[in-house]
Amino acid sequence: MTATMHAHKAPDSNAVFPMTPRGPLSAELMTLLSSTPDGTDPTTGLALAIESALDAAASITRDEDIQLSLFILYGLHYGSFASVSADWEWQPSLVAARTALERAFEAELRSTIAVPELPQPTRDAVAQTLSALTSAEGGPSLSRYVASKATAEQLGEFLIQRSIYTLREADPHSWAIPRLTGRVKAALVEIQTDEYGGGRVARMHSEIFATTMRSYGLDARYGHYLPDVPAITLASLNVMSMFGLNRRLRGAIVGHLAAFEMTSSIPNGLYARGFRRLGHGTEVTAYFDEHVAADAVHEQIAAHDLAGALAEDQPELLGDILFGAAACLEVDGWAGNHMLESWTAGRSSLRVDQ
Amino acid sequence: MTTPERADDAATITPYPDGPLIVRGDFQILAPDGEPLPAGRKTVALCRCGVSSIKPFCDGTHKLVKFRTEGD
Repeated sequence: MTATMHAHKAPDSNAVFPMTPRGPLSAELMTLLSSTPDGTDPTTGLALAIESALDAAASITRDEDIQLSLFILYGLHYGSFASVSADWEWQPSLVAARTALERAFEAELRSTIAVPELPQPTRDAVAQTLSALTSAEGGPSLSRYVASKATAEQLGEFLIQRSIYTLREADPHSWAIPRLTGRVKAALVEIQTDEYGGGRVARMHSEIFATTMRSYGLDARYGHYLPDVPAITLASLNVMSMFGLNRRLRGAIVGHLAAFEMTSSIPNGLYARGFRRLGHGTEVTAYFDEHVAADAVHEQIAAHDLAGALAEDQPELLGDILFGAAACLEVDGWAGNHMLESWTAGRSSLRVDQ
Repeated sequence: MTTPERADDAATITPYPDGPLIVRGDFQILAPDGEPLPAGRKTVALCRCGVSSIKPFCDGTHKLVKFRTEGD
């Protein structure tokens, strides 16, 4: 480890992070962030580690070391790791590190993900394009497998994989609220208000999901299962965090939310069916049942009043709105396929932390 | 509302293209026997295509039956 080169006193990283590193970059970050900032900016070691991590990665989206590192860097903004000093959040070298990883991640997504032909920037045309994009048949379906085939163990894995985002449900898209204005902001707030339970903590979607996890015998503390989830699961949340935290990508976070909401009601009905099939009651299924009704509302608002209206108000964002929507479908599709392929091959979808 | 002046929170019903009726504002949904049906949220979507499994609420199934509202 290179902790000595920036003179930070590094305690045992396990006291701060619930997981082990997945390569030199996450090791460097975890060692650094386990210390307290001392006023110096530890640029050199980090910049070098990033350069070699990016050089070594065959796919940034699937690189364990890079996706964990991005997750850790976003965690500074969310407060994902309670013991990490909050003083690190705006440390220039860490912001630079995040930006460097994001540029490479975004470039890879833009070069691999097909975006539909741009429609006229009107509410109806954009909503129609999003509707066509989100209803395209996508091959084998995780939700149908969960409904009819998944074992109790696989359903537990499904909750674990989902927990990385869902225990913080809605937070990445909320970064966009102050970056939008007028009717588009009002539409986002209308959706997010419902996500946060309309002011009732027990109705917050993240809380309902925590109840589902505990009722299934799982640990609902945030990050508890971080060691178990692969890069592609982290990438699913990192995409949202990247789109949400960068104002220049506000079109993409809006498109992401629209695609997310527009592909939610029907799969959630199937997830609920899978848990009922194995004898679970509403204490487990409430989260999925809630999303059938809630996202049937949200998808209308998201397609028309949020994404459609944003394209009308700021036509220059139309390309990014559709990129964000396509990125949501692709990356979440890859994460879903990882589960589906693992299970149909008789393997666990979880990783073994070294 | 009995006056042309609408209160800020008066109920509104918006038919969304190829989708449900979105209801906002101060409203109450009643079962045929007059008992309130809990909406669970401030804005609700009411089924317009007839195939929802959670009627009167929308469950998104209109997409599977390619429900269209041209001419609205």
